[in-house]
Amino acid sequence: MSAPVSLTVNGRTVTLATASAARLSEALRHELGLTGTKIGCDAGDCGACTVLLDGRQVCACLVPVGQAAGRSVVTVEGLDDQGLRAAFLRHGAAQCGICTPGMLMAASDLLRRVPRPDEQQIEAALSGVLCRCTGYRKIVAAVLDARRASPAGDVETKAMGARRPRIDGLAKVEGREAFGADAVPKDALWLRAIRSPHHHARFEIGAWTPPAGVVRVLTARDVPGRNGFGIYPDIKDQPVLAEGVARYRGEPVLALLGERAALRAVDESAIPIRWTPLPHLHDPAAASAPGAALLHADRPGNLLTEGKLARGDAEAALAAAVHRAAVEIETGFVEHAYIEPEAGWAVRRGDRIEVTVSTQTPYMDRDEVAGVLGIAPEQVRIVPSACGGGFGGKLDQSVQPLIAIAAWLTKMPVAWVYDRPESMAATTKRHPARIQARMGCDADGRLVGFAFEGTFNTGAYASWGPTVAGRVPVHAAGPYRVPAASARARAIFTHLAPAGAFRGFGVPQAAIAHEMLIDDLALASGIDRLEFRRRNALRPDDLTVTGQALGPSAGLVACLNALEPHWRAALERARPGRGVGIGCMVYGIGNTAMSNPSTMRIGLAADGRLTLYSGAVDIGQGSNTVLAQIAAEALGVPADRIRLVAGDTDLTADAGKTSASRQTFVSGKACELAARDLRARLARLANASPEARIALGAGIAVEEGGRRTALDLGHLAPDRNGDALAGEGRFDPPTEPLDANGQGAPYASYAFAAQMAEVAVDRDLGTVKVLRMVAAHDVGRAVNPTLVEGQIEGGIAQGLGLALMEEWWPGQADNLHDYLIPTVGDVPPIETVLIESPEPLGPFGAKGVGEPGLVPTAPAILGAVRHATGVRPKRVPLTPARLRALIAGRSS
Amino acid sequence: MAAYARPTSLREALAALAEGPAVPLAGGTDLYPARVGRPPPERVLDLSAVAELRGVTQDADSIRIGAAVTWTELIESGLPDWCRALADAAGEIGGPQIQNRGTLAGNVCNASPAADGVPCLLALDARIEIDGRRTLPIAEFVLGSRRTALAAGEIVSAILLPKPRQAARSAFLKLGARKYLVISIAMVAGAVELAEDGSVAAARIAVGACGPVAQRLPALERRLVGGRLDPDLVRAEDFAALAPIDDMRGSAVYRRDAAMTLVRRLIGKLRDPG
Repeated sequence: MSAPVSLTVNGRTVTLATASAARLSEALRHELGLTGTKIGCDAGDCGACTVLLDGRQVCACLVPVGQAAGRSVVTVEGLDDQGLRAAFLRHGAAQCGICTPGMLMAASDLLRRVPRPDEQQIEAALSGVLCRCTGYRKIVAAVLDARRASPAGDVETKAMGARRPRIDGLAKVEGREAFGADAVPKDALWLRAIRSPHHHARFEIGAWTPPAGVVRVLTARDVPGRNGFGIYPDIKDQPVLAEGVARYRGEPVLALLGERAALRAVDESAIPIRWTPLPHLHDPAAASAPGAALLHADRPGNLLTEGKLARGDAEAALAAAVHRAAVEIETGFVEHAYIEPEAGWAVRRGDRIEVTVSTQTPYMDRDEVAGVLGIAPEQVRIVPSACGGGFGGKLDQSVQPLIAIAAWLTKMPVAWVYDRPESMAATTKRHPARIQARMGCDADGRLVGFAFEGTFNTGAYASWGPTVAGRVPVHAAGPYRVPAASARARAIFTHLAPAGAFRGFGVPQAAIAHEMLIDDLALASGIDRLEFRRRNALRPDDLTVTGQALGPSAGLVACLNALEPHWRAALERARPGRGVGIGCMVYGIGNTAMSNPSTMRIGLAADGRLTLYSGAVDIGQGSNTVLAQIAAEALGVPADRIRLVAGDTDLTADAGKTSASRQTFVSGKACELAARDLRARLARLANASPEARIALGAGIAVEEGGRRTALDLGHLAPDRNGDALAGEGRFDPPTEPLDANGQGAPYASYAFAAQMAEVAVDRDLGTVKVLRMVAAHDVGRAVNPTLVEGQIEGGIAQGLGLALMEEWWPGQADNLHDYLIPTVGDVPPIETVLIESPEPLGPFGAKGVGEPGLVPTAPAILGAVRHATGVRPKRVPLTPARLRALIAGRSS
Repeated sequence: MAAYARPTSLREALAALAEGPAVPLAGGTDLYPARVGRPPPERVLDLSAVAELRGVTQDADSIRIGAAVTWTELIESGLPDWCRALADAAGEIGGPQIQNRGTLAGNVCNASPAADGVPCLLALDARIEIDGRRTLPIAEFVLGSRRTALAAGEIVSAILLPKPRQAARSAFLKLGARKYLVISIAMVAGAVELAEDGSVAAARIAVGACGPVAQRLPALERRLVGGRLDPDLVRAEDFAALAPIDDMRGSAVYRRDAAMTLVRRLIGKLRDPG
């Protein structure tokens, strides 16, 4: 043992028992309980653990405890800079909040030395902290603004349309927010999975006496219920622990339980697992070829599923077209790279199990945990922790089944936090796609036909593959009027990590293809690219490719009109090496042709306290805040009156998943209905109409027509939440199933957007710098414009990554220095124009924005690169090497 | 030696190492990332407090950069202009957190093919000081990917930069797929000494991440000497000895092509430092 180390932490002298060679981050979190310092990678790649060491920003994961001896450490908990915190709140600089402590500490290092920094200095100072949510611009703006005195009355009191700071923001900027790894019980056992090192292998586990500190070893035989889970009720194909065959590198085969340090010290090579590597299939073309070995016996051709659409005679229309274009494009695996790896802990209480976990989908978790334990769903309680980024990746099971099983069997709390390599190797990715598509137009540039064939590599298990295959054909033709279209999307099993849900469900890949075709046809017909899109844009009451008549909320033309002056100016600036591109999109809000209801409750206690019981999980996008604003608007009370209880399956109703850009639209509507229900109940007590005003101040009163009725709810028996009165609202967006030709009304609402990118290309090196983005989005109604902009800017950052740098190479990029996501220096200034074309079905006209922010970005950037260089990508991301090869006329 | 030792003198450090193998540590920016999810090494020799390894000093012949000097300390040490390659490289290593912790000596000892420090040191004709008593030219110190001439029980104590005898300039260019926090796809560094008439008296041009170890381009250097700094003097055959690989960051063909572009620009930058 090394000698104890004394140092100053947040101004207090402390003596650490943690080993001197251990990471300072370990001591801060596990010995001192300072969990505001976050662990994103343990490798100095993400900066989430940034603290000040003698006033300088360092990654606490790279500092040995011994080197902190006698020095001063400041963590986010000890940050003495209320101005900086306030600026973060004001600007919406914290979304999920997992990078926020690191950003704050990096910024404070700068502000101590440079009180009035400029933008370049801020970017350089923040450059070591990765953020996956915000797109960085609001963080830079907050630091620029940190020394501005916060003016009185800065916060708007109105509800709808107000730039309110997020309801859960203070905890995020103070480092108090508890993410999946932050509130683990002291007495918890820890879990470590042993995973397949092979893409495909048979294995046998021999007898093994684990070292001291490892108290139990779990195999597939220990799963009490069904050893399988999956998104779809009829596809539970993914085992909790593999049984004899591992189908991808990273698949868990064994779980060890014990003390955290003992588990870390276990040498995997000492565990007697006899592996017999088997041939693996990585390429969907090979996997779907006749005679290919099957991953799953019940899936001939390794075909998971196939989505189809046929409207009119696409081939005849294409044959008759005046101008025709064709593309072939391939995209790679994209990793969610949320800065918070998967984490949670479970505890058994009698015949119930409680799982606290970072998740996007508490009710699905509940059902899956029940399934693997072989118990009723009501015996499972899911308590979502704060979620440090999801983007679809936390719509799948990760830690949940195993920690629940382990806690169930041992009757001890069991915790599990993925490390970064594990998170990257084992969890879902965006589907790699191979797309061939054709489009044709008439002499006036009006689209006449479209054909699309997409193959999606779905990895070893189904996950969300069927959702991707279902959503893609509906969206494949883009936001345009196309009288004749055919589309097919197939999801093929391979021996790779499962591809699952990722912001856009396959639509971002398809959008790259349709926007390349649109540019081709605009070029061929000699029509300006923006004008060509406007000419073909879906308008209110138009029919979509599924034959659905759009309602009034279809604002693409308004989006394009908003871009037009920027577009014209950018065209003026264009020259070889500098280009401008445009991307458009339509996105169906909610599940595809499937029921996806949400139920919300609002309670009023006798003392006037209002509580929103929301099962919708806020993963950083801001639904907690947006739903509270909607509730306040519908109740007619100030937004700060709403208290929130969120996520817990014992306390809230099922609001469905935080996916498909649905929470504002679906849960927002349910929230509005719940508020109206409560308002009507109150009004009834006062013999007033449902529109009567609710006054909450000194007591509860109902006011109408100059008449004020004070109400004493004290005589009403409080319900189990302590509320005297409660309102409930349920909303299930009306959809119609799709027929065999993909015709029907799959969504109740559609979002539209157009984005424009300006880029500079270094044609000798193949590097691209995105100079500026302008994003025009039809969001129906912006409930909170700051949060809406945050979604768009964050989506653009991810779209930029998809276009230019992000590609996960199986087994080679399980970290955040080989897998590159954009840094603060890569995301350009973004100008957002919000178009409000009210959605009649949505809450106060709102629809969704979570995924639309990302979809048009890559097409706009790739179009701009093409404009600057004349080359069209064949493979995305368009890395410097690939772009240079295209420019030099080589094949990449 | 204990599990963790943090000696304050080189003598103590060498004595600790003489007791048995230990993993040397300065900034921890390579040690910890290589051990994600695993415990720290059984024995760690923390060199950060060794007095002889601290500070940037100089005498008549050379600048001595202590092995525990961080990138930030290097930037803030006020290096003369002829060391600009090194200062520029320091400012592009990782982000501020890495620059505040990592060391040039650690970068060299880690011997990654993509180590940004190595081509700079080749260009600056640096020598590696070992145990405070002997030195090796950088080219004889880094032997291969993750391989150096450091023997068991030895410690790199400093890096020595010989002072040029006439007007000199150096420059560094890095190519990565994003702005910050990026491992180089390729990088180049160059140093030239200029005669009174402005002609090139000496030239050293090095390319990194295009083979197991960064390499100088002797044919090009010879061509530059005696003439002007002219980017057009760069020829494809100057890069023949490089051995770049295909990996996720780029193809071998691309690396070779990019290295040539970078070297052309480097010569332009040496000509017009701006």
